[in-house]
Amino acid sequence: MKQPYLLPDISQPGKAGCSLPALDVPPAALPPEELLRTELELPEVSEVELVRYFTALSRLNYGVDTGFYPLGSCTMKYNPKWHEDIARFPGFASIHPYQSPGTVPGALRLMFDLQALLTEITGMGITSLAPMAGAQGELASILMVKAYHRRRGDAARRKILVPDTAHGTNPATASMCGFEVNTVPSDSEGNLDLASLESMMDEQVAALSLTIPSTLGLFDPRIIEIGQLVHQKGGLLYGDGANLNSLLGKVKFGDLGFDCVQLNLHKTFSTPHGGGGPGSGPICAKSFLADFMPSPIAVKKAKEYSFTSPAESIGRLGAAYGNFSVMVKAYAYIRSLGAAGLKEVSEDAVISANYLKEKLKADYHLPYDRACLHEVVFSGKWQKAKGVATLDIAKRLLDYGFHPPTIYFPLVVEEALMIEPTETESQKTLDAFIDTMREIAREVEENPEVLRTAPHNTPVRRLDEATAARKPDLRWKMKSQRPG
Amino acid sequence: MPLPYLPNTEADRAAMLRDIGVSSADELFQDVPAKFNNVPFKLPPPLSELELKRELHEMAALNASSEEYACFLGGGYYQHFIPGVIGHITGRSEFSTAYTPYQAEASQGMLQSIYEYQSLVCQLTGMAVSNAGMYDGSTAAAEAALMACRLTEREKVAVLASVNPTYQQVLETYLSGQDIHLTRLESARDSLAPEPACLIIQQPNFFGCLENVDAYSRKAQDAGARLVVIVDPISLGMYQSPAAYGADIIVAEGQALGSPINFGGPGLGIFTCRQEYLRQMPGRIVGRTVDVDGRPGYVLTMATREQHIRRERATSNICTNEALVALAATVYLAALGKSGLRRVAELCYHKAHYAAEAIRRLKGFSLVFPEPFFKEFVVRCPRAPDEINRALFQEKIIGGLDISHLRDNALLLCVTEMNTRQEIDKLVQILGGL
Repeated sequence: MKQPYLLPDISQPGKAGCSLPALDVPPAALPPEELLRTELELPEVSEVELVRYFTALSRLNYGVDTGFYPLGSCTMKYNPKWHEDIARFPGFASIHPYQSPGTVPGALRLMFDLQALLTEITGMGITSLAPMAGAQGELASILMVKAYHRRRGDAARRKILVPDTAHGTNPATASMCGFEVNTVPSDSEGNLDLASLESMMDEQVAALSLTIPSTLGLFDPRIIEIGQLVHQKGGLLYGDGANLNSLLGKVKFGDLGFDCVQLNLHKTFSTPHGGGGPGSGPICAKSFLADFMPSPIAVKKAKEYSFTSPAESIGRLGAAYGNFSVMVKAYAYIRSLGAAGLKEVSEDAVISANYLKEKLKADYHLPYDRACLHEVVFSGKWQKAKGVATLDIAKRLLDYGFHPPTIYFPLVVEEALMIEPTETESQKTLDAFIDTMREIAREVEENPEVLRTAPHNTPVRRLDEATAARKPDLRWKMKSQRPG
Repeated sequence: MPLPYLPNTEADRAAMLRDIGVSSADELFQDVPAKFNNVPFKLPPPLSELELKRELHEMAALNASSEEYACFLGGGYYQHFIPGVIGHITGRSEFSTAYTPYQAEASQGMLQSIYEYQSLVCQLTGMAVSNAGMYDGSTAAAEAALMACRLTEREKVAVLASVNPTYQQVLETYLSGQDIHLTRLESARDSLAPEPACLIIQQPNFFGCLENVDAYSRKAQDAGARLVVIVDPISLGMYQSPAAYGADIIVAEGQALGSPINFGGPGLGIFTCRQEYLRQMPGRIVGRTVDVDGRPGYVLTMATREQHIRRERATSNICTNEALVALAATVYLAALGKSGLRRVAELCYHKAHYAAEAIRRLKGFSLVFPEPFFKEFVVRCPRAPDEINRALFQEKIIGGLDISHLRDNALLLCVTEMNTRQEIDKLVQILGGL
């Protein structure tokens, strides 16, 4: 199916895509002419043409509802449909953030209860739902680290340590907060190299930013020692909770020595990713950091709910209270599963990943052959030696109707293929994926060209990204605005 | 009862564990220190769909929504008409259940929609380029300030006092990371502190008044600073865009374009700027290109600015573009078209002026600002705005924003196309009878 046209191509003067009411009050005098807009070149499209256009576009897109989406680190699990219905209840969707708290007690209660649920799930002391995405949760966490050391009068801590397996947001966040980033290497087992950490950990380090399990899908067995090393030198342990899906209902971050973690409700708690958002990135911290939490926090006093700002808060992160409609869906998810259900989620997610690991390790190089948690990282180096890159394998998967895994990440694995199946895929789906991956491994031997030129069955084939970046074409103009 | 989100049966699990070569799931958690594995969790017992829907329906019903109440509250989030078609398109799960479009060949729908979004938003603001969207209007403004600091290699930011106070707070949070100094400017007569990276203003401002953008533009230019303007996207249906007065970066909250208020989130941070700043822009950007067969297609582009490539040298740590909210804005702008958006803006304008004129005539009430306004205005009340709001609430009206901490007995009222004449007359009648 092709989609060669854009809105200006179907625009015709005099069309409209919706109807609007007539003015029911006497008109006021318009503002002076010079303040008014003379041109506003927007397309004019009828409702039916609009629906056909966007429906056709949707069919060019692959989502979790379309099929298996094993994008590592992204936890692309099924998003229960009825959670959407709940988020659309008028009492949740059509309320204004600046209404007085007394007129929205249900919304505040939901936030208050969700804070408590997440505090329990992470084993921390306090939760803020304000961050609107995981990266913003990181930003808030690192600003809290900064505020904490400042209050102690410790101005020397200019560095944040980040493992070489870290998500790109970790170093980017540290920079945004004015810190210098030092990279800690991994050891041959895929764990953090403890000797390096020990030598790097000094009085200039504000925090270690750590993902557990790591982006290799591995749980660092020396996590307690790592925390102790950091704390002994006065640093804090910040956790990127992107991979919580493997620990849900089993293990608490608080027990592992973390001082502050950020969660991704759109990953672990099953709210849809929306093609790139909205997400939600709450942070949970130990009680000694409570004064620095972002503002606001929902509180309950004598059965009345309200918002409060912590004493030395790092401040506001947005104009309201975070992505409320995402919170509603995450709340529904936790309440519909309970503690036993959440545990089953993480165990199933881990079983799925290990199942793929065992079934595919004969065909793809497995750099760390040990039990993984929610995701498994293979290397495409055997295939690369035969002239087929990991990118080619990913593109070939599209021909077979699967969304590819995350590729070329983490950076420590050559030609990485990072596969996160999640708990919501049946064994049948996993088997179909395994068969396809084996078939692709065979194609590498027998017909590498079909891989190098893949995909063949998608709406478009490989796109010229170099030209896209060199000669940016980032928008259209209406026909009337184009020269000639 | 089996859990509906988990498709594997006990038998499937047992078979998979056998194939893995372990006897229980817990063997796979062998790296977790034993005493921290399988700890107890105190969570409420699970509920079925029916039970939970009932419970949450009751919880939602405790909130006073604009479906039941007439609403005159604005201050950054606005109730505007949402054409029904939008929800049906954003509800297509091919869009809603996708990730960020990293795999372009499987994501042309979202990528092309974002290209449409960037285009429409540029048409609306009159700026040359747009990113794919940010968290909300306030963080877009904060990211604009950080971008201005990178562009000018300066470490001071100036903000006009009439900018939404919550936006100023978010700005403080974002600037604190790099210890960038924030100064406030009271009016166009004040002089800028030396060497500012940018001057941030809002049009119309927090109090609803139209600012003289031209004057601030000259002021910024004289200081070698970039002019950042926070706009109300609906106002651009009838008013000249600040781009015409020399704005360098225009940001906005895009929720008003086709999304419910949702208690303030998710929003949509619209971020547009001059072409020459492109490589310093934060956030995702989609570009049009061709595939190997010469067919047009779309990709995420200029990724060398971003965290997953550039890591600590990225322009921002942001990954999210609030794609689904951006899609709603795209469909909204396309559905309304140029005459529809103008109509919505004019409906707001006329109704707000009708309301303001009637309230101004009430005994004890007056308009605080003489400046022209669009859809929001500040009235000085004869009593505490809080008391007035409570009286209105008894009559099924959500009143205005109490800003008595900024101006004596001041109430910021907002009137949009959603407010009928009947609602406005009722508001005026109640205010008059207090």
